[in-house]
Amino acid sequence: MAVLLPLENIRRLTGFGRASASDGYVFEAFSATDVEEVLKLARETERQVTLRAAARSYGDAATGAECIILDLSQFNRILAFDQAQGIIEVEPGATLEQIWQYALPTGWWLPVVSGTTKTTLGGALAMNIHGKNNFLRGPLGEHVTTLEVLTPAGETWILSPGDELFNAVISSAGLLGIIMRVKLQLKRITSGDIWVEAVSCRHWDDQFQAFKRFEGKREYVVSWIDCFVSGATAGRGILHAARHEEEAPGAESLQLGHQALPTTFFGVFPKSSMWRFLKIFNNRAGMRLVNFAKHQSGKMFEHGKSSRQSLAAYNFLLDYAPGWERAYLPGGLIQCQFFIPRENARDAFEHLVNMQQEAKLESFLAVMKRHRPDNFLFSHAVDGYSLALDFKVTEAGRERLWDLAKRMQDYALGQGGRFYFAKDSTLTAEQAARFLGPDLAKFRELKGKHDPENLLTSDLARRLKIG
Amino acid sequence: MAALARRKDLLDQLAAHEGANVLPFAHDVTDYDSVPLLFQRVTKELGGLDLIIYAAGVMPAVEPLEFRFDIDQQIFEVNVLGAMAWLDQAAIRFGHTQTGTIVAIGSVAGDRGRAGQPAYNASKAALATFMEALRNRLDRKNVNVVTVKPGPVDTPMSAEVGAKKLPVEQAAALILKKAQSPGEHYLLLPHRIIFAVIRNIPSPVFRRLNI
Repeated sequence: MAVLLPLENIRRLTGFGRASASDGYVFEAFSATDVEEVLKLARETERQVTLRAAARSYGDAATGAECIILDLSQFNRILAFDQAQGIIEVEPGATLEQIWQYALPTGWWLPVVSGTTKTTLGGALAMNIHGKNNFLRGPLGEHVTTLEVLTPAGETWILSPGDELFNAVISSAGLLGIIMRVKLQLKRITSGDIWVEAVSCRHWDDQFQAFKRFEGKREYVVSWIDCFVSGATAGRGILHAARHEEEAPGAESLQLGHQALPTTFFGVFPKSSMWRFLKIFNNRAGMRLVNFAKHQSGKMFEHGKSSRQSLAAYNFLLDYAPGWERAYLPGGLIQCQFFIPRENARDAFEHLVNMQQEAKLESFLAVMKRHRPDNFLFSHAVDGYSLALDFKVTEAGRERLWDLAKRMQDYALGQGGRFYFAKDSTLTAEQAARFLGPDLAKFRELKGKHDPENLLTSDLARRLKIG
Repeated sequence: MAALARRKDLLDQLAAHEGANVLPFAHDVTDYDSVPLLFQRVTKELGGLDLIIYAAGVMPAVEPLEFRFDIDQQIFEVNVLGAMAWLDQAAIRFGHTQTGTIVAIGSVAGDRGRAGQPAYNASKAALATFMEALRNRLDRKNVNVVTVKPGPVDTPMSAEVGAKKLPVEQAAALILKKAQSPGEHYLLLPHRIIFAVIRNIPSPVFRRLNI
């Protein structure tokens, strides 16, 4: 190592959950030239590179200890938009928010969205995100028509669906190449609103029946689970199924003003300080109460009713109380999401929730979704269901929580379970190898070809020994 | 952890004894120009940095009426300038990561200018003042800046010192304990009391005393 890095660029970085941190030298890229210069600098300083933008992955996917952090969030222009076909061409740092705000007034919407609109398209494709319509529309990667990728080997690839590298760059967590440009097929809509129907579920069987009832009939289905109860009421919660509203051309609801999220609760409490209030309840007793109250209000006030909501209000729940994740500080939060095949899901979810109750480490927020498999290399999806569990991390409980996560992951692997790198903080290298199976060998072959110096890495890649 | 010192043979012994826990680097702190690059190499190999302890120091014996600029210069180069070369790097890094602990090992000898060790006393006073300034700069950045002021410790440097000495392991454990809170710390309660008195003896009195 003969060249100094500017020490002023070093920052302590975390993921969305803020449960782990590491230091890296941050360089912002505004253009393809900047990206190439950062790769050159990495070679001169003998450092590896971690890709980062919005850093909405929960764990350590966008951090890299002592790495050069290539921040792509400003490499974010919208380059072209074909209004007739609904194909938008953007740079990787463009956020989902930028894209839908650009396209919505002309009657186009993103085919797949995450729970926050702040994610960038590059990051969303690196993780191959899914939405509440995964069972119907697949992951976001299935809606890409063209992908331009710069590999550390120095080649620029223009990729199409079906290309081997297309299926690998999408889903492999930013470890094979840098997405430089994307053409994405948007979805035609006639209204900026959706109809949401609520079903209060008394137990696990209710939940699975409700999912089946809406399969093929609704665009979006998601359910919330109360993880504090056991026995006959285990698995209780509330399911929301939604479909797009249909309106005559030129509907007022397509205008952006209609999509604005309120900045206050009940017109009074500013949302920006909501997390301070949430913090009061952010302990076992408080969350037991919150989950109970949520179930009761779902049962009494929401069950069987439909309501009309804006697309943004329905889809971007994680943005509804901005900064809510700060209520989990100082320890932060992790999410464990288990993707279990259909035939095993019911018993597996019951068992997983029991495991966390036995450990007295109940998830404060649990969400269930329906999925279908896809052809991407590091696919997390199955023909089945996922259960996502948010856990509060505390200094005293950290070790026990990681132990619980490891045991739950082992159990899930035994049920044919799969995992999602956008969420993961706790998988071990051995578990990752079991989950990925022969796909890992395929990934290593591609890595050797397109990133022979192993330039691209992250704390996640190092933890899982995949890059 | 990483250990930096001049004597490679002793470093290798340490590394052999501690195994993978210690990364040894042979380095002379007066080789100032090499510090920025070495700082980045060390932090890279460690995978991060939480704590840096500047422990390098020399105390050559001087006769009661001996005035030797070459010795004085050497003392300042190791005890003060080397500290600045290293701790400036740590200060930049921690200032930007908004975390971390910087420890310098000062000395009770820095509390007063005494007849026996003019340059050594002055070097430890300079180090303490430098550290106080770093602390005032970095406190708002959540960086913990600590000066510890041991009395004689049973090291080769203090071989000629006649006073009662603290065993090395005990001193090290106390330094790590004191490193948890920002400020200037004596290692032992009696030192805290005795040096509170010594610091406040008026100069006209102090120069007539034989301490």
